[in-house]
Amino acid sequence: MFATQVHGDNGKMKEYHYTGPVEHRFSPYSFNGGTVLAVAGEDFAIVASDTRLSEGYSIHSRDSPKCYKLTDTTVIGCSGFHGDCLTLTKIIDARLKMYKHSNNKSMTSGAIAAMLSTILYGRRFFPYYVYNIIGGLDEEGRGAVYSFDPVGSYQRDTYKAGGSASAMLQPLLDNQIGFKNMEGVQHLPLSQEKALQLVKDVFISAAERDVYTGDALRICIVTKDGIKEENVPLRKD
Amino acid sequence: GSESPIQFGQINPNIASNFINTLHQDLVLSFPPGFPPSCSPSVPLPFTMSHGTTTLAFIFQGGVIAAADTRSSCNGLVACPASQKILPVHSHLVGTTSGTSADCALWKRILARELRLYQLRHGRRLSTAGAAKLLAHMLHPFKGTELCVAATLCGWDGGERPSLYYVCSDGTRLQGELFSVGSGSPYAYSVLDGGVRWGLTVEEATSLARQAVYRATHRDAYSGNCVDVYHITSKGWARRDREDAEFKSQHP
Repeated sequence: MFATQVHGDNGKMKEYHYTGPVEHRFSPYSFNGGTVLAVAGEDFAIVASDTRLSEGYSIHSRDSPKCYKLTDTTVIGCSGFHGDCLTLTKIIDARLKMYKHSNNKSMTSGAIAAMLSTILYGRRFFPYYVYNIIGGLDEEGRGAVYSFDPVGSYQRDTYKAGGSASAMLQPLLDNQIGFKNMEGVQHLPLSQEKALQLVKDVFISAAERDVYTGDALRICIVTKDGIKEENVPLRKD
Repeated sequence: GSESPIQFGQINPNIASNFINTLHQDLVLSFPPGFPPSCSPSVPLPFTMSHGTTTLAFIFQGGVIAAADTRSSCNGLVACPASQKILPVHSHLVGTTSGTSADCALWKRILARELRLYQLRHGRRLSTAGAAKLLAHMLHPFKGTELCVAATLCGWDGGERPSLYYVCSDGTRLQGELFSVGSGSPYAYSVLDGGVRWGLTVEEATSLARQAVYRATHRDAYSGNCVDVYHITSKGWARRDREDAEFKSQHP
């Protein structure tokens, strides 16, 4: 069934029906774009996101980062529907506080990941439209990345890209960090400097090819000394 | 408990009373009115869930073999090339999963919790048949919703015999000696039907299971990447090394 919608003058939509009327339903969801990326190293984790908030053809904000600091050793990146991202991070913060007050310690990255999975699945029949990636240090101080789907399926990875440009970035990361699909290449462990440069390069490429990614890049570097933030400008067009 | 298992004991702010302790859940799970929703979702989703797979399991003289591919796909994109579709439930029970990844992962977790509670309350492990019945009854209230779980439970009961059950979210519960589930199952069945015998050695059975999954990944677009094999005996489950299906195609 096709109904082509063309913008007429003064922004009003014209509709050309080829096969009769099409039902439009109110959708409580909206897609606000954005890309998130996380990389885990030997003793560090990097979580990076662009800062563009868009909807349809408009840009709502050029300074809306998608990384949220949860604890001293964990950062979460959320992309998808911004309304659900905000509510979800509020709920996670509240649950972190509750855990801290009843158990007298902060939640570990693995525990946060398991908790997020159950929070997301609790809304299995009206999901949070959010693609989450958690980056942080595990209990042994090694970098950990946990990637989720919108209803709570998750697993631990070494690197993951999520959001609008994820399909473009993931194969590149598979090749550069996972050394996949290459032969006769030495598998060197990833240093923090190399990982940082790779993240910047990869986002610059994403901004070139994905309309929803751009404006600026916010990078959170998690090490045992805490969380450091870095901002890098990207294409604004 | 009067709340649904998918809330995982989380505090529901809609409950007026101060009902915080949710750990006392009987085996009889009851749900608050209006849950699960009796109609199809009124909210059209803007995304698809992960689907598509090849899993198989069969019984032979050496126990139970369970095998699965590792590709998790979402429409046309491979969301994860290294997912785990065979999840241990306890030391002597392993479940293969097919359907929506999140549903399978979370319901396996719920099943593991209920089996552990049973073990603590009754002092013995629940049999595979009992676990299959429990899972089927837990999924029944969600029949008609978009939940999609098709699992085979492979276990060793009471130190005596291997056991294999197939449980599906539409209500099917079957006992058998050979099952294959998922989009690649027809291809796996053709290989298994030609090779499975009671008298296979462990090495032969493992190699047959790998071949079956490999053939299915070759033909089915939604199956691929690597092959996981688990072997369940009276001593519990043991995982074999994950092997790349593509590697096999170049080195037959």
